[in-house]
Amino acid sequence: MFKVFPALAVMDRVKGVELSGAEIVVRCLQEEGVETLFGYPGGAVLYIYDELFKQDKVRHVLVRHEQGAVHAADGYSRSSHKVGVCLVTSGPGVTNAVTGIATAYMDSIPMVILSGQVPTHAIGQDAFQECDAVGITRPCVKHNFLVKDVKDLATTIKKAFYLAATGRPGPVLVDIPKDITTHSCEFQYPESVSMRSYNPVRKGHAGQIKKAAQLILEAKRPMVYSGGGVILSNAAPRLTEFVRLLGFPCTNTLMGLGAYPGTDRQFLGMPGMHGTYETNMAMQNCDVLLAIGARFDDRVIGNPAHFAQNPRKIVHIDIDPSSISKRVKVDVPIVGNIPDVLDDLLALLKADARRPEAAALEAWWKQIELWRARDCLKYDRKSKLIKPQFVLEKLYEVTKGEAFVTSDVGQHQMWAAQFYKFDRPRRWINSGGLGTMGFGLPAAMGVRMANPGATVACVTGESSIQMCLQELSTCKQYRLPIKIVNLNNKYMGMVRQWQQFFHGNRYSESYMDALPDFVKLAEGYGHRGVLIDKPADVEPALREAFARKDELVFMDFITDQTENVYPMVPGGKGITEMILSEEL
Amino acid sequence: MRHIISILVENEAGALSRIANMFSARGYNIESLTVAPTEDASMSRMTVVTVGSEDVIEQITKQLNKLVEVVKVVDLSQAEHIERELMLIKVRAGARERDDMKRMADIFRGRIIDVSDNTYTIELTGDGRKLDAFIQALDQGAIIETVRTGASGIGRGNRVLRV
Ligand SMILES: Cc1ncc(C[n+]2csc(CCOP(=O)(O)OP(=O)(O)O)c2C)c(N)n1
Ligand SMILES: [Mg+2]
Repeated sequence: MFKVFPALAVMDRVKGVELSGAEIVVRCLQEEGVETLFGYPGGAVLYIYDELFKQDKVRHVLVRHEQGAVHAADGYSRSSHKVGVCLVTSGPGVTNAVTGIATAYMDSIPMVILSGQVPTHAIGQDAFQECDAVGITRPCVKHNFLVKDVKDLATTIKKAFYLAATGRPGPVLVDIPKDITTHSCEFQYPESVSMRSYNPVRKGHAGQIKKAAQLILEAKRPMVYSGGGVILSNAAPRLTEFVRLLGFPCTNTLMGLGAYPGTDRQFLGMPGMHGTYETNMAMQNCDVLLAIGARFDDRVIGNPAHFAQNPRKIVHIDIDPSSISKRVKVDVPIVGNIPDVLDDLLALLKADARRPEAAALEAWWKQIELWRARDCLKYDRKSKLIKPQFVLEKLYEVTKGEAFVTSDVGQHQMWAAQFYKFDRPRRWINSGGLGTMGFGLPAAMGVRMANPGATVACVTGESSIQMCLQELSTCKQYRLPIKIVNLNNKYMGMVRQWQQFFHGNRYSESYMDALPDFVKLAEGYGHRGVLIDKPADVEPALREAFARKDELVFMDFITDQTENVYPMVPGGKGITEMILSEEL
Repeated sequence: MRHIISILVENEAGALSRIANMFSARGYNIESLTVAPTEDASMSRMTVVTVGSEDVIEQITKQLNKLVEVVKVVDLSQAEHIERELMLIKVRAGARERDDMKRMADIFRGRIIDVSDNTYTIELTGDGRKLDAFIQALDQGAIIETVRTGASGIGRGNRVLRV
């Protein structure tokens, strides 16, 4: 497309030039260095789309559903540490985006959502395609704004980017009435903004850090429990240095996988409901627990009363004071930016000649190795049916552990988290907090957009994939060669598993009947589809698919319908009260 | 326990609903809530009366602080403070009741601010317990209408809440 307007860049540098609101929106995005914008047009944002058409700095990616736009912006952000940006129209555009916004909110993903709104004079009149975007999104955004004057537009957008990316990150929505996009004013993008009511901390309290160091040095059975905050704050290298310096065992939560290398001996696996035996035992029995950027989620600590039975000292490092002592009381809270706090803590420990008692640590490791020997992730390798775990092991091998892996929600998600060993942060992309089925495919699009040329796999289930399936069309348009690993058990497997365990095998509405022929479906969208129903074909199929660098390949693996995710901590139980595969 | 929390908040559209929303979304109680601009018109001051365990109150103050428009939060009940609430109460005051009603208002230092043939409207300030006591002291059948503002509070002495 030809969009050459050479005079523009020079002209508007001259002071006194007035720009329309729509031009201002686009200029703000350019000034923020936004390269990719995910969106879907409509009446309220037509002027903005008109301005997008006239430039080529910001690339607009047209999705097929606004939920897809938000998940794509989300995947873009998670895999790159940039702020994800999307643009939707008023009314249904916003309501369609809400699931994506709530998903990003629960996982603290920095994102700016620009939404169109009916003209200011029509607000409150039940106008066509009106909805109270600010009201409807308020509980699931870090903050939101309604722009009522074009003069506030640039500053508001600047604030939105600032809020989204600083402190505990999160999505910020800017609602822009249509008439504001036509009004004009002088444009100047503020270099920075400050808000007296918003001052995120960086440094942790020195006295608290000293106390933490003291506890670390006295620990006999230490455990490092790190979460998504470590990844969001880019603290993975420091975490690794810290854990290695001390020789402590370490777990990463579902949101934190890859923060500490998954193949390292000191890594014990994921904690919680589907965590490893050794991790849950260590979490329960440690004497000093170092929680870093993790929030003691109910899926991680199980029953809080049971968790509290074992006495232990807890250090909790987090940027958000409200995450501290919310569900579990902690002894040494440290509010601060994780890299800053870890730097200070590392400096203290390095300057100190003392180390935790070696004999105690050795005995602790011996205990942990005994737990590890239970081999809690074992599964039947002789099965004639394709075991989902086997597919993931092979996926790991074939991609040499280097792929970006997005996932949907269900059993396949847990198996991916258990069996794909992430050695690097920002490689594992999943909806942990909200648990949004439909996240995987659009998120994978965003990942690939942020990482051109990278290998991107989407691990999904036959039910989840159908929730944002329309994005296969977007993948075609933008030539996104995502590899879809569909673990097809013809069930909402995770629902079926709960029904088997806790509802007397009554599989109420969890069977996926009338499934489409996924091969033909992929072909219908212009992609390649393959059906794999024998274990022996798994690896060759994966090899062939990943060799096709420029094609999206939809691999429909027909897997064992009865397979369950183990270990499992039933709801309301303590984390050591696990159901193990061998016990059934 | 009952707590009285003071909040300084940017005087922006939506700030009130953001705060009220947070309370309802997280299942916290609001016994009363008052809000009005301060001497600095860009800021409002809100007083929320709530009940909860220490843990809950700690979470409430943290969650309030997390809201982007909230400038400062103080739990007034942690130290000496003064609380006042205004009540307007319309009571039956026909020829027979008039004198009694006037005397009762005087005892509670209330002021009669409106009179009709058969009613008085009395203005009364004090802490919540005083207002409750006044209502209790009246013949219940005499009360026609009441309106209360909810508590406002301020720290004693040098304890101040400002930016
Ligand atoms: C949007 C949405 N609706 C419902 C659920 C509840 N849920 C969680 S897992 C699951 C089943 C997922 O089935 P599938 O995608 O086939 O994955 P499997 O568990 O079989 O691997 C459901 C319905 C959800 N997480 N998200
Ligand atoms: Mg399934």
